[in-house]
Amino acid sequence: MPLYRSHILVCTGTTCVLKGCTAVQSALIAEIKRRGLENEVKVVETGCLGISEKGPVMIVYPEGVTYCQLKVSDIPEIVEEHLLKGRTVSRLVYTGPVTGEVKPAHPGRQKEQRIVLKNIGIIDPTSIEEYIAYGGYEVLGKALTQMTPEQVVAEVKTSQLRGRGGAAFPTGIKWELTAQAKGDNKSVICNADEGEPGNFKDRLILEGDPHCVVEAMIIAGYAVGAKTGYLYIRGEYHQSVAHTEKAIADAKAMGLLGKDIFGSGFDYDIKVFKGAGAYVCGEETALIESLEGRRGESMVKPPFPPTQGLWGQPTVINNVETLANIPHIILNGGEWYAGIGTEKSKGTKIFSPCGDVFYPGVYEVPFGITMREVIYELAGGTKSGKPFKAVLVGGPSGACVGAESMDKTFAYEDLAPGAGALIVMDEDKCIVDTVNNCLKFFVHESCGQCIPCREGTKRMYEMTKSWTEGQGEEADLALMQALTSNLALTSRCGLGQVAGTAFATSYKLFPDEYLSHVVGAECPTGKCTMTNGGGKNNG
Amino acid sequence: MANTVNLTINGMSVQAEEGMTVLQAAQKAGVYIPTLCYHPDLSIEGVCRICVVEIKGQRLLCPSCAYPVAEGMDINTHSPKVREARRTIIELLLANHPDECLTCSNNQKCELQRLAKELGVQQVRFEGARRDVPIDTSNPSVIRNMDKCILCKRCVRVCHEMQSVGAIFANKRGWDTVIAPPFNKELSEMVCVFCGQCINRCPTGALKGNDPAAEVWEALSDPDKHVVVQTAPAVRAAIGEEFGMPAGSLVTGKMVAALKMMGFDKVFDTDFTADLTILEEGNELLHRLKTGGTLPIITSCSPGWINFIEHFYPEQLPHLSTCKSPQQMFGALAKTYYAEKMGIDPSKIVVVSIMPCTAKKYESERPEMRSSGYQDVDYVLTTREAAGMMKEAGIDLPNLEDGKFDLPLGMSTGAAVIFGNTGGVMEAALRTVYEVVTGKTLENVEIKAVRGMEGVREAEIDLDGTKVKAAVAHGLANARKILDLIKEGKADYAFVEVMCCPGGCIGGGGQPHPTSEEIRKKRAEAIYAEDSGMALRKSHENPAVLTLYKEFLGEPLSHKSHELLHTKYTAKTKKKAKA
Amino acid sequence: MLETTQCPNCKKTDVADIRDCVRQFGRDQGNLIPILHAVQKKYGYLTADATEEIADWLGIHASEVYGTATFYTLFSTKPLGKYVVRLCDSPPCHIEGSLSIQKAIEEDLGVGNGETTEDGLFTLEVVSCFGLCGVAPAIMVNDEVHGNLTPEMIPAILSKYRKEGN
Repeated sequence: MPLYRSHILVCTGTTCVLKGCTAVQSALIAEIKRRGLENEVKVVETGCLGISEKGPVMIVYPEGVTYCQLKVSDIPEIVEEHLLKGRTVSRLVYTGPVTGEVKPAHPGRQKEQRIVLKNIGIIDPTSIEEYIAYGGYEVLGKALTQMTPEQVVAEVKTSQLRGRGGAAFPTGIKWELTAQAKGDNKSVICNADEGEPGNFKDRLILEGDPHCVVEAMIIAGYAVGAKTGYLYIRGEYHQSVAHTEKAIADAKAMGLLGKDIFGSGFDYDIKVFKGAGAYVCGEETALIESLEGRRGESMVKPPFPPTQGLWGQPTVINNVETLANIPHIILNGGEWYAGIGTEKSKGTKIFSPCGDVFYPGVYEVPFGITMREVIYELAGGTKSGKPFKAVLVGGPSGACVGAESMDKTFAYEDLAPGAGALIVMDEDKCIVDTVNNCLKFFVHESCGQCIPCREGTKRMYEMTKSWTEGQGEEADLALMQALTSNLALTSRCGLGQVAGTAFATSYKLFPDEYLSHVVGAECPTGKCTMTNGGGKNNG
Repeated sequence: MANTVNLTINGMSVQAEEGMTVLQAAQKAGVYIPTLCYHPDLSIEGVCRICVVEIKGQRLLCPSCAYPVAEGMDINTHSPKVREARRTIIELLLANHPDECLTCSNNQKCELQRLAKELGVQQVRFEGARRDVPIDTSNPSVIRNMDKCILCKRCVRVCHEMQSVGAIFANKRGWDTVIAPPFNKELSEMVCVFCGQCINRCPTGALKGNDPAAEVWEALSDPDKHVVVQTAPAVRAAIGEEFGMPAGSLVTGKMVAALKMMGFDKVFDTDFTADLTILEEGNELLHRLKTGGTLPIITSCSPGWINFIEHFYPEQLPHLSTCKSPQQMFGALAKTYYAEKMGIDPSKIVVVSIMPCTAKKYESERPEMRSSGYQDVDYVLTTREAAGMMKEAGIDLPNLEDGKFDLPLGMSTGAAVIFGNTGGVMEAALRTVYEVVTGKTLENVEIKAVRGMEGVREAEIDLDGTKVKAAVAHGLANARKILDLIKEGKADYAFVEVMCCPGGCIGGGGQPHPTSEEIRKKRAEAIYAEDSGMALRKSHENPAVLTLYKEFLGEPLSHKSHELLHTKYTAKTKKKAKA
Repeated sequence: MLETTQCPNCKKTDVADIRDCVRQFGRDQGNLIPILHAVQKKYGYLTADATEEIADWLGIHASEVYGTATFYTLFSTKPLGKYVVRLCDSPPCHIEGSLSIQKAIEEDLGVGNGETTEDGLFTLEVVSCFGLCGVAPAIMVNDEVHGNLTPEMIPAILSKYRKEGN
């Protein structure tokens, strides 16, 4: 590799592209060329740097200066001043949001402990060389040449890693069941059908460090005796698809995929499979149906995928974040990993606070962190500065939690984090309107095969909608509760089972707000437009 | 032997076999669990959640139709939690269902209605939008009203699994899901064969036959019309069920009496032309054997089957016998031979059929079926629809004295009545072919090798030294297997019988609900009982048929026969999903 | 027999073309979704001819091809606009004001959810979360994303595409 005196990382994460980073990047490359610096300065595309709201963003190394909100017209100045003269262009340096008080860059990021996200924003996700230079694929070599599949499974079991997609099933046990199940065509599926509103962590991993997932999938394949890995990525994640496809092609070219990997005799291949717009395919058996070319309708369980999954063969399905932990666990040992976090929740968890927060983004922290720390320190509190009202932990599928839980810790034994989405609402937001919106989501995404979910979500949506319009009846509240419990007990898959959770939990927290809508035809926040004539916000 | 598993169901100790579902174990133990999307003929769907039960240690209620038993399982099939869940599910269905039970074709037979009553649903607490899909009345056979659909997918399963036709599927998703042909086309534009098996599986009134009762009543009350009726063999073994009689009740005489009470001028029997079919088709087989014609020859009495081969295997049409179905032979003769004989103007004759079949409705309207110069068969009533008319006329079928078919078109043999069962046409043909070929009397007329409910059956018949291989298939997925064998050149059959519906016509799409293999077997037994009770059991011994040849047709495969009793088939380009 | 299909952008295509598009994939049903993606990309929507071709190639019924395609929101069975504007109205975008964005788009384009402008340029689809919650409210126009939107920004964004598209 030629030696460069400077590296400039340009964030080309999906959320930065929309800020115009492509034009900025081209201008930068052109300017560097014009100044004859192409052999001294290397421009590297990187995944999201975590401050996309300030994009386009770039970091100049070795100084580590972050420039933000760049325009094409800023580029000549940066090249002239910083790269040629060594002077920082202070007017463009990232200092925090322009609105409100100036906060230091990444104020809460010191709280982060990046394991999964270690490489994000550091390496060029489209370069296998860089991934390798940062230690990538070493672990794969170790696993394949120095460990038996049983030892790999044992290490994962020791780590006490649990699924990060929300269900938190122990990963090691899943692998063990799959490894022990009989079948000559086992599969590993990486579930990258990230669709739960408020979650965008898997996108970041796939865009920013795709090789990490590829490496983990190969290790998983080795551990369970699979022949093929499938990366099921939701169809809307164009860049994730592009980066993982490149990563797989590059890994193939280097012999890290294919026949006899590392001379171990282990043959393995990975295919990227693009989803087509169905949230329910995040449910593992619906995902399998989709992979097999059918409607994404969840299957009858048992049997479960570890014994009977894709093509009726034993299949391990893991979330992106779950898998991204694997190389680190194999590298450092399960014991090391189990030393992070709390008694029952090991390792780190990625959170994606969004909604009314100052710094929406993706943060990786050890389990045991309090909700207060995540919302106030990492995410910077509410964007408006107004009091916090509530948060949907895990997204619309999760519980609605209020300020009283601020000092609870995120851990499976305390406040379960779901997949890590934290949709924060300040006091201006209407709970009823938000819950109605959650139900709109479930109506739209229900596969429709089972009656309780198909018919129940629709009625729940209609009822809450009528509340936001001042058309409710007091009896509705009991009906909602009846439906919530019916769906929870009888729905065929998780989608219907949790569809009423946001309502049930928020009703406990904000009964008066509900009553005000349902009985009084008034929306305390003024968000809902009442058509019943009774509300103070009428008209 | 599967291992025994010990369970507790509602506090009772129960034994089941490993691999059984909770539902099966409960049924075996005599414990009733309500079901809705479950159907014994079909794969497990597990979506209605009506059959949920509480299993100790499980957080969720479990669908008993899909849940395997395990040692020590403690099951409660009717706990308060379970009953509440089932009630709520029914309420949710009713909240999205038209309030027209009293005028619905499926009133009092509807499984949704029955469950609502059974589960104690006394109110519907939910309301809101309802599905609003146009009714498909595009064809003479099946009417689809998807506003009454509960998305159990029994119709989809039977269409794909049993019939391998695949005309319909679940389209869209969630609350918008609708069972329909692709591109929201109507059934008439698709590969539907009109077998009506979907109607037989539908638990509600979403699917029904296209009922011409009003037109038939009108004809019956028109003094200018001479209205004759023919009844297919399978009807007599099933119509009693519509009046609460057990499956397998044979009511031939009562049915005839009822039809006379309704005012038909003559009550004839399709069995007459079934015998005629044997003479034509048997001679066709012999002719092909002699002249090196296309073999195997495949039967052509089942109109759903004809639609199927025309759509899916047009290149194999030369295998089909050119014989019309008995229904259409009857129609052609009624408006020619019978009209002449009786001196009635054929334009005044109205031919009504009572058929176990919905495809017969479509068949009667085919342009080829006008050999008499008129539409040979005017109206086709299914077994269900005929029973409906009888009830409307105040007829108490179970308690009627037996009536007798009119002559000459009501004369028949036992060989004809077994047309109603899978394998029946084959057996009837062999009874005749054997005697024609060998010149010997067939002593044991019951050819058991071709009987039964196996999907595909093979038999080898010794025609006095000449061995003839025959095969029988029922249900179109099974027919497909034989056609594929023929396509691959792996079939050495001389004669193949195909019936569109499971069990043959006794399992037809126009037969009473419910249906199951158990019910179909009972109907089949009734048919065989009718045969064995008859004096004449070989088609070529039917004196009325012999007279017909003497007076009118000449001989089998004569010119006149060809004009009236044989037909041509058209390769149908698979109707496409035109956007 | 397959009939001639016309692609939404008026590029004439024929049976052989569809056939080539479909037959680059294997024949097991696991290829259905990838084939639908390819057809969608090439022709803009799933035509009846393509449905038949796919069904024949995979050995499944056309009804299943259609039923499967209509399950997924990224597949369309009717022509879409040159630019498909997908607006997220899931909770993170909703609480940040996605409905006001929807209103601005509807006013600008003169069409509602699921509709296509008369000039065939834009289709508006209100969809579920596409993972841009960090920059809510957000839209995608074909593959391009726009976030941190305010209603005022909408006319400029759409006019950019209008210029490009004409």
